[in-house]
This record gives sequence, C-alpha cells and structure tokens, in this order.
Amino acid sequence: MRKTFITTLVELARKDDRVFLITPDIGYSVLEPFMKEFPERFLNVGVAEQNAVGMAAGMALSGLIPYVYTINPFVCMRPFEQVRVDMAYMNTNVRIIGVGAGFAYGSAGATHHSIEDIAIMRALPNMTVVCPGDPWEVSEAIKASLNHVGPMFFRLSKQGEPVINNTKTQFKIGKAIKVRAGKEVHIITTSNTLEIANNVCEILKQKKVSASLISMHTVKPLDVKMVSELLKTKKPIFTLEEHSIIGGLGSAVAEVIAESDFNPLFKRFGVNDKYSHYVGGHDFIRAKFGITKENISKNILKLIGKK
Amino acid sequence: MNHRSNASHSGSALSIVELLTVLYFKYLNIDPKKPKEEKRDKFILSKGHASSALYATLAERGFFPKTFLDKFYIDNGILPGHVDMEAAPGLECAAGSLGHGLSLGLGMAVAAKYKKLKSKVVVIISDGELNEGSIWEPLLLAPHLKLDNLTVIVDYNKIQSFGITNEVINVEPLGGKLKSFNWHVIEVDGHNMTEIENALNEKVAQPKFNIAHTIKGKGVSYMENKLEWHYRSPNKELLEQANTELQ
Repeated sequence: MRKTFITTLVELARKDDRVFLITPDIGYSVLEPFMKEFPERFLNVGVAEQNAVGMAAGMALSGLIPYVYTINPFVCMRPFEQVRVDMAYMNTNVRIIGVGAGFAYGSAGATHHSIEDIAIMRALPNMTVVCPGDPWEVSEAIKASLNHVGPMFFRLSKQGEPVINNTKTQFKIGKAIKVRAGKEVHIITTSNTLEIANNVCEILKQKKVSASLISMHTVKPLDVKMVSELLKTKKPIFTLEEHSIIGGLGSAVAEVIAESDFNPLFKRFGVNDKYSHYVGGHDFIRAKFGITKENISKNILKLIGKK
Repeated sequence: MNHRSNASHSGSALSIVELLTVLYFKYLNIDPKKPKEEKRDKFILSKGHASSALYATLAERGFFPKTFLDKFYIDNGILPGHVDMEAAPGLECAAGSLGHGLSLGLGMAVAAKYKKLKSKVVVIISDGELNEGSIWEPLLLAPHLKLDNLTVIVDYNKIQSFGITNEVINVEPLGGKLKSFNWHVIEVDGHNMTEIENALNEKVAQPKFNIAHTIKGKGVSYMENKLEWHYRSPNKELLEQANTELQ
C-alpha cells in the first residue's frame, strides 16, 4: 500500500503544484520517487511529529496541500493536539498518512501497532477517516483527496496486500463498496482486513452460506445508506477490523443499528481491548487475536446456527 | 473588554500592546480591506490567552468594527477568550493551546518561500510557552531552513500561570540558547516602540528571535508584575483607575 501511495502522490504532484510531502524522518525506500522528482516540495522535518503536523497546517492555511507521512501512531497520536486544533478545529487541508494499520508492524512491537487510531480520529469534527482495504482503494482515495476540502486521515497497511476490488468500480470518499453480493449474512470490513473478510466469504460459500462483503473504506463519514440497506434485509451483520472493537468500524455500525428500527444478529470482530505483548510477525499476532479467516468463519457459522 | 466580560488575562494582554501597535501600524504589510490577500504578511498570536489585545488592535486597524469588542467573552458573543480563526477578519489561525503558533508560522514561512512571495511571518509567544516541548521543534528547524522571513517575539514578562517564569523553569540564558540554535537574537524593551521597530527592521539571513522585555500588566500600577492579573478582571473602580493611569 505504501508504494501505491507514493506512486499516486507523484502523479498528483505532477498535475498540481500545491501538493507537498512532509515526513518526520520516516520513509526510507518508500518516499524517494517523490523526493527525487520534487525536491522543492519535499521536507524531512526531523523526528518532530508535532511540528510536522503544525507546520503542515500553516502551509495549508497558505493554500498548499501537505501530506504528512509516518508510522501510524506517530502521525495521529503523538501529535494528537496538533491534529485536533491545527487540522480539525481549523478545518485545514492537511492529509496525514499513517502507515502500519493494526498489527502490520508485527515484531516491531506494540509501540508501532495501531489499534485505537480509527476511534480517536473518528471523534474529531471535520475529520475524514479513510482506511483503504487494498492498493486500488489507496490509489483511488489519494486521487480523491486532491479536491477534498478539510482534513483527512489515511490508515494504510504496509506492503504486499493483494487487490481484492473490481478495479472498474466507481470510487467515492464516503461511499462503501459492495465487493461481493450475498443473501444470508453481511460482512462489513475496513482497512487491512479486506483480504481476510473476502476469504471468510469463500469459506462460507463452501459451507453453502451466501455472504455479502462490504468494504467500508471511509469510516467517517460512514456510509449510513449502505448500512440501512443491509438492515432492511433483516439478515445478520458482522464487522471485521484489525482495530479495537471499541470506537472503530464495529462501533460506528453498531451506532447506526442501535438507532434503527431493526435488531439483527450483530457481532463485532476485532481486537478485544488488549495490547499485544506477543513477539511475532503480522500474521502470527493476528492469529493470537483471532483475526484469521478460519476463526472468524467458524464464529459466524456458530452464531447463525450452522457448522 | 475584560471588565465588561469578567474575563481573565488582563496582565498578559497589557504586556504586548506596544508590540502589537508597532506590528500592525508600522511593520506588517497588510490591508484590512483585503484580509486574505495572498501576498500579505502574517501575524500569529501564539499566546492566545492575550486575545483581547489582538482584537483591540485589529479593530483599531480597521479589520472589523469596534462594536465587535463589546461582544468579547459573553453569551451570544463574537470574540471568544481564545482565538477562533472564524470569529472575525484578520485572525490568521486559532490559538489558545500553547506551543502551536510557532509551527503554524514556520509552515506559513515555508509556503511563502515556495511561492516566491516576499511575505514575512511574525509569531508572538509567551515566556511560559517556552516550557512547551513543541516550541523547541520549530526552534530547531527554522534556522536549519534559513527562514529569513520568520520572526519570533517572546513576550518576556517574567510571570507565567502559576509562578515567576524563571522560578518555575529557568529559561536563562535565553539569548545564549537561541544563538546556539543559530537564531539572530535581539533584545529590546518591549514597551519602547522605536526599539521594537528597529529590531523588526534588522535584515539578516537567518530567522530572528526577538526577546522583548516586558511588564505584565504594563501601565496599570496595581496590575504591574502581579501574578493575580493573569486571572483577574478589573471591577468598576479599578477600571476607572486603570483608564486614568493609561491616559
């Protein structure tokens, strides 16, 4: 995803001279294409995230469109008050790009994991929260960011994610994508669990359960219309995210369901309010938290009364 | 304003009156009729709690009617205690949480250089604000980027929220610190308008750090150098006394 990000940003920068890239000293072997082509629009501001976001807001107030790139917790939590005041309150056109959704930084440890970011960013008025599920969504969302008014948070995974979407689909910020149609259960996912959710649908299909799959790439504003459509079918709804079950996609969907006229079977799959103290790679830690196609499909089948 | 609204920070506002007067009437290239003009100079009051002084200066300079000042810090008001950039014309950014304004100003200075504009950026910070870690990040970066279009003025009134500045955390030697950070350091009497103007007009190839020695509550005998005037607003009698002394 990070390679797709930088490739797309280079394309944007070729078209629009307001595009700027700021990094607090992260991006080795990723950001070089932009650095080389647009040295006058690239700034490594040193290991200083508060200043990176604050000065980006100053640049946005001067008409530029700065993208601030670093590891996820260091772009939305370390400089949180700059994000709140200088981006959200002042409604500036700053884009913060957090790389390393969920446990993507695996063995690096929990300082580099990100399981609270969606909840925190979602609470900010004016903030748009985009969590692409595959490289195609990254590319489309970054392109759409050029003309978006207001601050944006992008939650990127890291590397090697396959394209799941039909790339001929129309992409729009705030409009969820129906990746698979299905009649018996609905699975809504966001960010880097799109591939797992797709595999869950395959397992369910083998078990003769028809599941629809929704990629909710924009968690804020949530596509309430899409959730409402699913609710009208009165079928079970499941959410999946590599994020705490508190405050993320599952919570956002739960809020819509709770205020609706419907009461479907509903379950949030995600990180159950715990930090990882495990040592291991991305998939190893995912498995420890039950974020695997096998565990989730097993739980869904059990919840709907099938084996 | 502070009397009418029962607002705090009277002393913090009075220490920067001469600084704002020189900036808005002698130094900044601004046009109150075109507050969004791209080529304008920009001023940021990072010590947003002294907003009443900024609002009064902007009204005097013609950015908005003086009637706005009657709507400070009250129900159904216009001007909040800490700066909301949407409140009135001429406010470049929000302010109130300390340690934000210098990074914003640095970004504006970088943008001006990139756009090849001659705009200057001036940021007033408070001495207590130097305690904030986020102030030192742009203090490191601005000289590295050789931003000769950026001036920082520290309102060195020597009293902060809960004590004497250099008893809370000693910032001295302040000038020495900033010189070693490669800033062009100038010290002035922050109530002497000629000294302030001369310092602003110094032309150097690095960012300028102007240490303005000021008096908290300047001009009002019962407020001068008194910590309590970080919080209090004058009652009717004290207001009359202050007005007499200030005239």
